[in-house]
Amino acid sequence: MSVAAIRVDLQLIADMVDPATRALDVGCGDGSLLAYLVNFKRVDARGMELSQAGVNACVASGLSVIQGDADADLRDYPDDAFDYVILSQTLQATREPREVLRQMLRVGKRAIISFPNFAHWQVRLRLVFGGRMPETPSLPFKWYDTPNIHLCSIDDFRGLCRDMGVRIERAIVLDRNSKPISLPPLLANLLGEQAVFMLQRD
Amino acid sequence: MEAAIDKPLDGPLFDGLADAERKALARCRHAVLGVERPLRLDCGVELGPYRVAYQTYGTLNADKSNAVLICHALTLDQFVAEEHPVTGKEGWWESLVGPGKVLDPARYFIICINVLGGCMGTTGPLAQDPAGQPWNLRFPVVTVADMVRAQAVLLDHLGIPDLFCVIGGSMGGMQVLEWAASYPARVFTAVPIACAARHSAQNIAFHEVGRQAIMADPEWKGGDYRQHDTVPARGLSVARMTAHITYLSEQALQRKFGRALQDRDALGFGFDADFQVESYLRHQGSTFVDRFDANSYLYITRAMDYFDLAAAHGGVLANAFKGTPTRFCLFSFTSDWLFPTRESREIVHALNAAAANVSFVEVESDKGHDAFLLDEPEMFRTLAGFLKGAAAVRGLKDVP
Repeated sequence: MSVAAIRVDLQLIADMVDPATRALDVGCGDGSLLAYLVNFKRVDARGMELSQAGVNACVASGLSVIQGDADADLRDYPDDAFDYVILSQTLQATREPREVLRQMLRVGKRAIISFPNFAHWQVRLRLVFGGRMPETPSLPFKWYDTPNIHLCSIDDFRGLCRDMGVRIERAIVLDRNSKPISLPPLLANLLGEQAVFMLQRD
Repeated sequence: MEAAIDKPLDGPLFDGLADAERKALARCRHAVLGVERPLRLDCGVELGPYRVAYQTYGTLNADKSNAVLICHALTLDQFVAEEHPVTGKEGWWESLVGPGKVLDPARYFIICINVLGGCMGTTGPLAQDPAGQPWNLRFPVVTVADMVRAQAVLLDHLGIPDLFCVIGGSMGGMQVLEWAASYPARVFTAVPIACAARHSAQNIAFHEVGRQAIMADPEWKGGDYRQHDTVPARGLSVARMTAHITYLSEQALQRKFGRALQDRDALGFGFDADFQVESYLRHQGSTFVDRFDANSYLYITRAMDYFDLAAAHGGVLANAFKGTPTRFCLFSFTSDWLFPTRESREIVHALNAAAANVSFVEVESDKGHDAFLLDEPEMFRTLAGFLKGAAAVRGLKDVP
């Protein structure tokens, strides 16, 4: 399987995972993060993916993946089953993001979450001056066919973590090229196109 | 494929063999087990000694790490990848097992064991009791767990400590689940295909129709037909016809036969086989009678009916897999209404609850339950990937 280059945001997530741990990647897509974790970090990595075609492709490349979705299927797992539960670019497509987050932190000792920032300046400009629902590289959908039903900003997400009493262990803000940028929170919420958070139960 | 044969068939355990059994045993391996320690069955009876007929392909490697156990379904047997000694047909899983196939004997030591209660050489109702009388319906009712126990005893006898893979479809899948639950340390990977953790009411109902058909046949003689020199052919044939419908999908039947007529241009206004589908089912029924024993059919369907893995573990299926080290890969088929996908999904949920390592593949197919026996490239491709990944973890070489 090809694991030489994975998407920059996935690489950032992979770097947060300690070697030889247990991880569950929810919404694992084509399994590229899983394969990286298995092959380069000796992680006991499992995946869950909505599309059966995606599942079959992952299994065919030797990965442990089941069909399922974050809203319905996390509740099956026992407490502390994993060291990390990962949800990349999927939180905004869940029906109940708060419950998903709660389940992730029940099943995993840590949760790693990446999501597009809805307060990015491009999004704001398109809505305020364009008067249309924003379409950006990280939000490439028309309003009527987007899977994203619970979009949030970086500050919104921080707010939810505060409300839930969840500790933010790391927060990385990425620019439009998925490069980490170091900015004070107010600017991060304006200039960050996406964010990666590592959370821990408090 | 080259078959290994154990000879000779002598001793009291080989008295009164049926023709089919004799042909089968002449073409496969067998062992006499339970001589010193009888098998304690779920029904409480102690069975022993008993015969186990099995077939192997390939060679056990030096560190005994490449053994694969194939568990067969209700009416299949140990002749997985070779011409069948009774029917002359090709092996039932030659699509999967053979040179260049997913389960290649060049890499794996492949074993398939005729189940307890079966009629291809392993002890069942056809056999004789210790007093030399035919068991017939006095044979103890066996369960899937009993079948698996007998298999484990055979593996002990063969000096095989654990299995790289236990794989099977339908009732074979039930055995796979039972293996994983009862002997987790002996099962490195488990591949239950098109099965369930318990037999549903509908499936029990279909089996009951089959059994009633057999027992309603006057030739059945209360199960003593061999002593009366009769065969409950009509009953067994109807049982097979009913069951066969459940193995296919409505779509597959429609595509294959539609309303096409058999050897005629117009309806016959009678009760001959006007329709091709009738003729096909009658053929399925009558050929089945030539290779399968009616009492054995009663016993094995009963074993499936009794299968309920959760019930055997305090009513919670996840308990059956607590702390399991086994890597699971489940398969289901979209058009299988005998063991629909949701039944596999229930097993997956239980395995997740046990934090087990599990993959689950639903294969798009319109061929119904029988799809697991057919050429399904998606299944082969994903299974090959799963086995390759597992082989790497186990340190098995030569798995492409």
